[in-house]
Amino acid sequence: MAEIIQEEKGKKGGKRKAKKHGTRIDMTPMVDLMCLLITFFMLTTAFSKAKVMVITMPDKEDTKDKDIDKPQIAAFRTLNIILSEGDKVYYYIGMADPKKPPLPMLIKTNFSKDGIRKILLDKNRDLFTKIAEYRDKRVTGKIVVSDTTLDNEIKRMKKDDKKGPIVLIKADDKAKYKDIVNIIDEMAICNIASYAIVDINSVEKDMLKNAPK
Amino acid sequence: MPKIKPPVRTPHIDMTPMVDLFSVLLIFLLLTASFRPQEAAVITTPQSVSEKTAPDADLMTIFISKDGKVFFNIDNGRDTSTHFRSKLLEKIGEQYKIKFTKVEIAKFGTMSSFGLPIKDLKTWLNTKETKDKDKLQTGIPMDSTDNQLAWWVREARLTNVGAEVAIKGDADTDYKIVKKVMDLLQDNKVNKFNLVTNLQKQEISVKDIPAAAK
Repeated sequence: MAEIIQEEKGKKGGKRKAKKHGTRIDMTPMVDLMCLLITFFMLTTAFSKAKVMVITMPDKEDTKDKDIDKPQIAAFRTLNIILSEGDKVYYYIGMADPKKPPLPMLIKTNFSKDGIRKILLDKNRDLFTKIAEYRDKRVTGKIVVSDTTLDNEIKRMKKDDKKGPIVLIKADDKAKYKDIVNIIDEMAICNIASYAIVDINSVEKDMLKNAPK
Repeated sequence: MPKIKPPVRTPHIDMTPMVDLFSVLLIFLLLTASFRPQEAAVITTPQSVSEKTAPDADLMTIFISKDGKVFFNIDNGRDTSTHFRSKLLEKIGEQYKIKFTKVEIAKFGTMSSFGLPIKDLKTWLNTKETKDKDKLQTGIPMDSTDNQLAWWVREARLTNVGAEVAIKGDADTDYKIVKKVMDLLQDNKVNKFNLVTNLQKQEISVKDIPAAAK
């Protein structure tokens, strides 16, 4: 408790007491506040760095390169995801070629744990298990690697993967920015090796019209 | 006869030097921390599991608000003597045939994000009232006839070659506007974007894989 001992005034002609120690204020609460302020500033300056999600797009095609054949990818490995308004996520497997009917059916799902994530995990189970086990080994201490080695190893595993899905992400005009961010997030969560954001084409726009609401 | 000693008082530690040290520490932290300047529009970024942080210098940021207004910001470089902002304003002035005075250029060098057509820049730099300044910020035009954002990005990249690009978009922005910005950036040979997000961790493990269909 703060103790303030007042200096006694010497009375005129009276007995003068020995000079007491001056006013003493107990500094402990002030030091507590200082501690708190410093800790607050130390933590908030560290937090103010915003987090970012890094995405790399392939170079935009030049019109001259259109003649070069794009490498063929197996139809059953392709997973097309179409984002629409109201957090709706549609997907279909394979190619939608109007010359080879019937067109695949659009399946409706959402961003919950049981939605598109289940589909992605189902198609990507081998690679996901591999990466999850590698991360576990690092966490439990069975192998000791630096952060950069971890990142490089995961990149290598993704590059060497031959069975995982190739995801093509498309969004129609009514999709919101958070839908795209959510789907790219799911790519990171499910450890998808290859995905790309592409433009929606007219065939798919028609498919959307007939899709389940 | 031994004198009765007065009861021993608990020692009072003199806290003054400790308070001094704490004050010095606090002042040091206050001075080295830079205040985040007021942004023109309130933007709630979407959430993501990404834990990477944006670079704190050599970064140009494109803000996209919920209603599609675009703002732009660029810093003065890791070493502020490079004065990237002032150089950028001069280059834009040359491009649009507007002469900026030294005072205006210096003022621009200390400010941060902005979003207004280039013809309003002079008036904006000279307005003193914050309210009037904010009214002028209607967003950087991106229409095909006068794509000012393309010019800002192009000149910024020429001024600071190593700058990275961050996109800070509101979660409810229409994706087509963000796509327009990303296409614009790709036209300027920028293929790596940093999308500013809030961190929200997601727990996932091998148990979440659904059972394989028989």
